[in-house]
Amino acid sequence: MKIFAMLGRYFLGFIGEIGGIFILLWRVIRLAPRIFRNIGKTLIQMEKIGIGSIPLVLVTSVFVGAVASVQSAYQFQGYVPLRFLGAFVGKSVTLEVGPVLTALVVGGRVSAAIAAEVGTMKVTEQIDAMEMIAIDPVEYLVLPRLAAATVMLPVLTVFADFLAIIGGMIVAKLVVGVSFNTFESGLTMFFRYQDVVGGLLKTFVFGFIIALMGCYNGFRTRGGAEGVGISTMKAVVSSCLLILVANYLLAFLIFNVIFAPD
Amino acid sequence: MNESCEGSIISIRDLYKRFDRQEVLTGTDLDIDSGESLVILGRSGCGKSVLLKHITGLIRPDHGSILFEGEDITKFNRQKLFDMRMHFGMLFQGAALFDSMTVGENVGLPLVKHGHKSEEETREIVLEKLRLVGLTDVYDSYPAALSGGMKKRVGLARAVVMEPQVVLYDEPTTGLDPIMADVINTMIRDLQNELDITSVVVTHDINSAYRVGDRITMLHEGKIIYSGTPEEIRETDNEIVRQFIEGRAEGPVRVV
Ligand SMILES: Nc1ncnc2c1ncn2[C@@H]1O[C@H](COP(=O)(O)OP(=O)(O)OP(=O)(O)O)[C@@H](O)[C@H]1O
Ligand SMILES: [Mg+2]
Repeated sequence: MKIFAMLGRYFLGFIGEIGGIFILLWRVIRLAPRIFRNIGKTLIQMEKIGIGSIPLVLVTSVFVGAVASVQSAYQFQGYVPLRFLGAFVGKSVTLEVGPVLTALVVGGRVSAAIAAEVGTMKVTEQIDAMEMIAIDPVEYLVLPRLAAATVMLPVLTVFADFLAIIGGMIVAKLVVGVSFNTFESGLTMFFRYQDVVGGLLKTFVFGFIIALMGCYNGFRTRGGAEGVGISTMKAVVSSCLLILVANYLLAFLIFNVIFAPD
Repeated sequence: MNESCEGSIISIRDLYKRFDRQEVLTGTDLDIDSGESLVILGRSGCGKSVLLKHITGLIRPDHGSILFEGEDITKFNRQKLFDMRMHFGMLFQGAALFDSMTVGENVGLPLVKHGHKSEEETREIVLEKLRLVGLTDVYDSYPAALSGGMKKRVGLARAVVMEPQVVLYDEPTTGLDPIMADVINTMIRDLQNELDITSVVVTHDINSAYRVGDRITMLHEGKIIYSGTPEEIRETDNEIVRQFIEGRAEGPVRVV
C-alpha cells in the first residue's frame, strides 16, 4: 500500500509540474508582444548566453568532429570506401550531433545559470519586491532570457557544425589519411540543404526549452542556498531530458513529414 | 459581520493559510484604519511576514477575505493587483534589494517605471529619500557592498519613494543600532503625520512598538489575540501579551 501511495504522490507531483510549466508558458505567450519594450535586456542576455558559450562550444565541437572522423573510418574498414568519410561526418554533424550536443552543453551551462540567478532572486524576495512595484517578473526576467536563448542556440549551432566539420577534416587528414579534397568531395556529394535547415530548426526549440526550464525551476525555488542548488540541478536535468525527447519528436516531424524523402 | 467598517482602509476577515501541513494563519481578523500607525507584534515564525504578504496579494489565502477600500483583493487578477500595489510601499524583512542594480537605481526603479519624471527629478527625489534614512554617499554602490542595516535603510527609502497611501514595514529596526533605530522610528512617525500615510509595522522590538504605534496588536497562533494603545498594552492583564512584552521564558507560552 505504501508503494502505491508513494507512486501516487510522485504522479501528482509530476502532473503539478507539467501544469506549472504550461501556466508559465501561457503567461509568456500573453506577454510576448512586450519583448519589444525589453530589447535592451534581451541583448544583454544574448551576449551572456551566446558570446559566453563560444569557448565551450568551440572545444566541444572540434573534438566531436574529430571523434566522428576517427570512429567512422574505423567502422568503414573493409565495407565502405573512405571517400565517403566526408559525407558521413557531414551528415551526422549537421543532422544530429551538432544540434544535440550543442544544446546539451549550452543547456547545462545556461539553464543552470538562469535557475541559480532567478532562484536566488526568489529566495531573497527580489521577485516579490518586483511584484510590489508592479513589474511583472515574467516580462522582466523570463521574456528576455527566452528570446535570447531561442535566437542564440541556432547561431551557436551553425558555428558548432562548421567547427566540427573542420575538426573532422583535420583528423581525417592527419590520422586517417584522407586528403582535404577527398573529404570535401564526399561532403558535397550527398549534401542536402534540408539536412542543415532541419538540424537548425530543432535548435530553436532546444533554446526555448533551455531558458524555460531555467526560469521555471528558478521561480519554483524554496528555502535558501540548498533550495537554489536543488533548482539548479532540476533545471539542468529537465532541460537535458526534454531536449532529448524533443529531438526525437522533431526529427520525426522534420525529416518524415516536412522534408520527407521522395 | 459588517463588510466595510467605517474608516478602515484594510479589513482582514477570517484569514486561513497553511503551507503543506503547517497551519500559519487560522482565522485572522484585523482592521486597519486610514492614517493610523499599527504595530503587529508576535513571536518569531508566528506568521507576521506571511500576513503582510497577504495584504499586498503576494500570497493568496486558502480562505477568507482582505478588503482594501471595500474591494476584496483576494479576487483580483494580476492587473488589478498591480494597480492596487501602486498605493502600497513595502519594506521586506531582508530588504530584498535588486543586487544587479546600484542603490540609486534600486530606490529610483518605482519612479522610473511609474513616476513619469525626468531623470534629473528622479535623482533629486531618490537623494532626498536616501537623506531621510541617513544615507547620502552610497548612491552608486551596489547592495553587496552595504551592511545589513544599510540595506534595510535603502529598502526603506525604496518603500516610500512613491509616497504611497499605505506602507508596510517588516521589522524596520531589526539589525540597526539604537541610535539609527530611533531615527527610523521617527521617520516612520513623520511620514505618517506629514503625508497622512497608513503604516503597518511588524516588529519584535517592544520599544520601537511603543514609539511608532498608535495601536499595538499581537499575532499569536494564527490569530490577532490583542489590540490596544501603547498605554493599554502596558497595563494589560492578558498573560500571553505580558509574557511577550516582559520577555519572559516562563508563562502561558511554552517554548520547549
Ligand atoms: N513560502 C513559504 N512556504 C512554506 N512555508 C512558509 C513560507 N513562508 C512562510 N512559511 C512558514 O510560515 C511560518 C511563518 O513565517 P513568517 O515568515 O511569517 O514568520 P514571522 O512571524 O515573520 O517570523 P520572524 O519574526 O522570524 O520573521 C514559518 O514557520 C515559515 O516556515
Ligand atoms: Mg518575518
